[in-house]
Amino acid sequence: MTAPLAAVPALLPALPELVLAAGSLILVLIGALAGSGSTRFVQAMTVVVLLVACGLVLGQSETREITFHGAFIVDGFARFMKVIVLLASALSLVMAQGFLNRHKANAFEFPVLVLLSTLGMMVMISAHDLIALYLGLELSSLALYVIAAFRRDDLKSTEAGLKYFVLGALSSGMLLYGASLVYGFTGSVEFTAIAKALNGHASSGVIFGLAFLMAGLAFKISAVPFHMWTPDVYEGSPTPVTTFFASAPKLAAMAMTVRVVMTAFPDIAAQWQQIIVFIALGSMGLGAFAAIGQTNIKRLLAYSSIGHIGFALVGLAAGTINGVQGVAIYMALYVVMTLGAFACVLGMRRGDHYVETIDELAGLGRTNPGMAFGMAMIMFSLAGIPPLAGFFAKWYVFVAAVEAKLYALAVIGVLTSVVGAFYYLRIVKIMYFDEPKEAFAPLDGTLKTVLLASTLIVFLFWLWPAPLVNAALVAAQSLH
Amino acid sequence: MNHLLLGLIVLPLIGAALILLTDGESESGLRNIRWTALFATVATFVLSIIAWKAFDPTSAAFQLVDEAAWLSDKIRFKLGVDGFSMPFILLSTFLMPFCIVASWVSVEKRVKEYMMAFLVLEALMIGVFSALDLVLFYLFFEAGLIPMFLIIGIWGGKRRIYASFKFFLYTLLGSLLMLIAVMVMYHQAGTTDIPTLLAYKFPASMQTWLWVAFFASFAVKMPMWPVHTWLPDAHVEAPTAGSVILAAILLKMGGYGFIRISIPMFPDASLYFAPLVFTMSAIAIIYTSLVALMQEDIKKLIAYSSVAHMGFVTMGLFSLNMQGIQGAMFQMVSHGLVSGALFLCVGVIYDRMHTREIAAYGGLVHRMPRYAVIFMIFTMANVGLPGTAGFVGEFLTLLGAFRASPWVAFFATTGVILSAGYALWLYARVVFGKLEKPSLMSIQDVTGRELAILVPLVVLTIWYGVQPGAILDLFAVPTEALLKSTQAAAQAAQSVASAVR
Repeated sequence: MTAPLAAVPALLPALPELVLAAGSLILVLIGALAGSGSTRFVQAMTVVVLLVACGLVLGQSETREITFHGAFIVDGFARFMKVIVLLASALSLVMAQGFLNRHKANAFEFPVLVLLSTLGMMVMISAHDLIALYLGLELSSLALYVIAAFRRDDLKSTEAGLKYFVLGALSSGMLLYGASLVYGFTGSVEFTAIAKALNGHASSGVIFGLAFLMAGLAFKISAVPFHMWTPDVYEGSPTPVTTFFASAPKLAAMAMTVRVVMTAFPDIAAQWQQIIVFIALGSMGLGAFAAIGQTNIKRLLAYSSIGHIGFALVGLAAGTINGVQGVAIYMALYVVMTLGAFACVLGMRRGDHYVETIDELAGLGRTNPGMAFGMAMIMFSLAGIPPLAGFFAKWYVFVAAVEAKLYALAVIGVLTSVVGAFYYLRIVKIMYFDEPKEAFAPLDGTLKTVLLASTLIVFLFWLWPAPLVNAALVAAQSLH
Repeated sequence: MNHLLLGLIVLPLIGAALILLTDGESESGLRNIRWTALFATVATFVLSIIAWKAFDPTSAAFQLVDEAAWLSDKIRFKLGVDGFSMPFILLSTFLMPFCIVASWVSVEKRVKEYMMAFLVLEALMIGVFSALDLVLFYLFFEAGLIPMFLIIGIWGGKRRIYASFKFFLYTLLGSLLMLIAVMVMYHQAGTTDIPTLLAYKFPASMQTWLWVAFFASFAVKMPMWPVHTWLPDAHVEAPTAGSVILAAILLKMGGYGFIRISIPMFPDASLYFAPLVFTMSAIAIIYTSLVALMQEDIKKLIAYSSVAHMGFVTMGLFSLNMQGIQGAMFQMVSHGLVSGALFLCVGVIYDRMHTREIAAYGGLVHRMPRYAVIFMIFTMANVGLPGTAGFVGEFLTLLGAFRASPWVAFFATTGVILSAGYALWLYARVVFGKLEKPSLMSIQDVTGRELAILVPLVVLTIWYGVQPGAILDLFAVPTEALLKSTQAAAQAAQSVASAVR
């Protein structure tokens, strides 16, 4: 905060964000001027812009840089999360093509909205004060509200959009209220300044603000008890939108949560740890039990995602570098598994007709062995069975919890994962043990590629875990 | 650096990969698949013989060690064997070709996936017995659930779905508690390297909890009374070769876990909990033998008799003396041969009649004299007749238990009598009597293929009954080393206790 406010801030650290912003504005213009004929071009260019931004993030120097007068930070943690967010956004866009074409819902606004939302997520990840955090969150959320209702002639889709908007607005309000309390009691919005002002002592006002802040964040990561929107929005939104919702925004919101608690409130860990432990337990439990009765695969994956956020939060509850490393590994692998699972869901199609109930998968092991094998491996991985990637994700977060002496959390966590294993197994059972139904149409090339890549990562991760583990460690260390 | 053990794990996987690339629809493709699977398992067996020759049984140290960097420098990919693990590796590789041959014609649907599942399972089993890192051990231990779940669920009997879920969730629940214990040990000792942990002294209060967590996993896997209920279901519904693997090897992972981890790493807790294990073992032996008497399904009967036999194993292990541990190890190997052979025998008649009801048979001796002889030998081995492999293990474990606690040995001995009851009665009902049922009139005696599976097992069962030293020598040295360390711990505990007094 040495530079006077009038000075132009260093723009270079925010170059990927600037590329995204400029790209989305130009693409809107192209789309608006050239009309619907340009949709294909805009889609392709959006993916290119996302990949260029990803390349720029990878090319950024290793050091920690703070710009925009303390509002914006680029460090190892931000780079790690941004790379995954950008790749996940690009992949969900690519995966969406077949679905949108078949539903004649292919408008140039869709990729641009995804681009804007991704820009918001980038800001969330790099936010270093409460105002930047709120700006990023709202930019991302507003775009998400619109694409949830993207099939505006579809009742469920519009319902999903409206529900998401109303509840999202409520949670934003809570977050803003919490932020204002924190500002009021510490006199600053910048994370490190807040930490300095607190100096290890939390007045009741700050705790009050922290609780509201956490409520808003918990909504964005869809953790219990602020998860209610998730099943409805996942089920109602068009499947490609659900794919996107389940991957990039979850990751960005989790990254933001980690950064807020670890950099703004590091010395009053005892205060927020209780909250995290509580919502982790709630999420794991609800995710495990509520998914059992589901018949719609999207709804089932919604509950599954609630459960997985609970597992990731176990690492955050530890509040250590190892814990943050665990969260980073967990979220990265979670995104890989989710994209693979949704590639399967997008492949549940007979002719031009998409189906969503789990029973439709019956006998997939015989009608489409490749797809069934990929889905089965992802399900076992989500259940956390070694040697699949999901096991290692759980290993790192639970080791962190054990090191922090959170034994009860660890034991209850593994017990809920037994319950969770039941419904993942049920999907495997339907695919392999039940009598086959009519075969699905062959997978689109892009879906096949995504599923294959996801299955390979899930399947072979144990042979070469070092790259992700080390990258996550670097990311976690940069938070301190 | 010696890569023999890695080769043992990779070889079946290569076989599975080759099968994956084979066309599973055409007749010639199916033939290729079967032969590839057989060739891969035989090659693995040959390689394990080479490993056995390279293995020095006079040393208690881990041999053929092979390691590489893995998750971190504390959690490494480390393989190695000692006298406790070598017999199990040989048992696994030895039985696998028989399983493939036993499924040659009886498995008709989805042969490709079936053979792949078995080869992957073989790799994982060898992995369990050769892992020298706790995380790697856990990885192989748990990963076996996936192929076994599919084997029971896809190729199983009528209630296969119930049985596969019960098998999977039961074992998973036990194992996850072990996972937490592994994490605690990692946090406490800073490594998951098994040789290092064997030398590490865990505080006594911590040992208790760690022991309980590992016990939850191994007791389910063993299985011990009262957590044995998944086993009869899994056995009954699994296809023949699945039952063989389950009884002969997967159950042994529990016993191996006790001897590799629980007893040497937590000696104080093992002493403390020995009475509990004794009680559970004695109940298991008597109760499951009585239950076995009342079974109407042949496979279920053998499954309950497996639980009883595993009761002898746990009793022997926790008597913590030379005879007990040697006997338990021997019992595990001999039970692997005998119970595997018994399930193969059931498979022979099941393939012909497609029923496992005892009441559906009777008088088989008139139509199947060769079968009657073979089945007789394995029944006798199951009872523990001197001269068969079954006798040595039971006798030694009883001897060990008698030294530790005469009353436990007394109750367990009644189990020997009961086992004679249910096994002989089963034999009498199936093989003897009048050949009255019209469906049995045209039943064929064992074919050449079936003879090729059963005769080697007969030879080994009798050979090891007469020459038990061939196996006992393999793990004599590590048993002594194990006892030395547990006795040191016991004395230390006593001196602490007397100092407190």
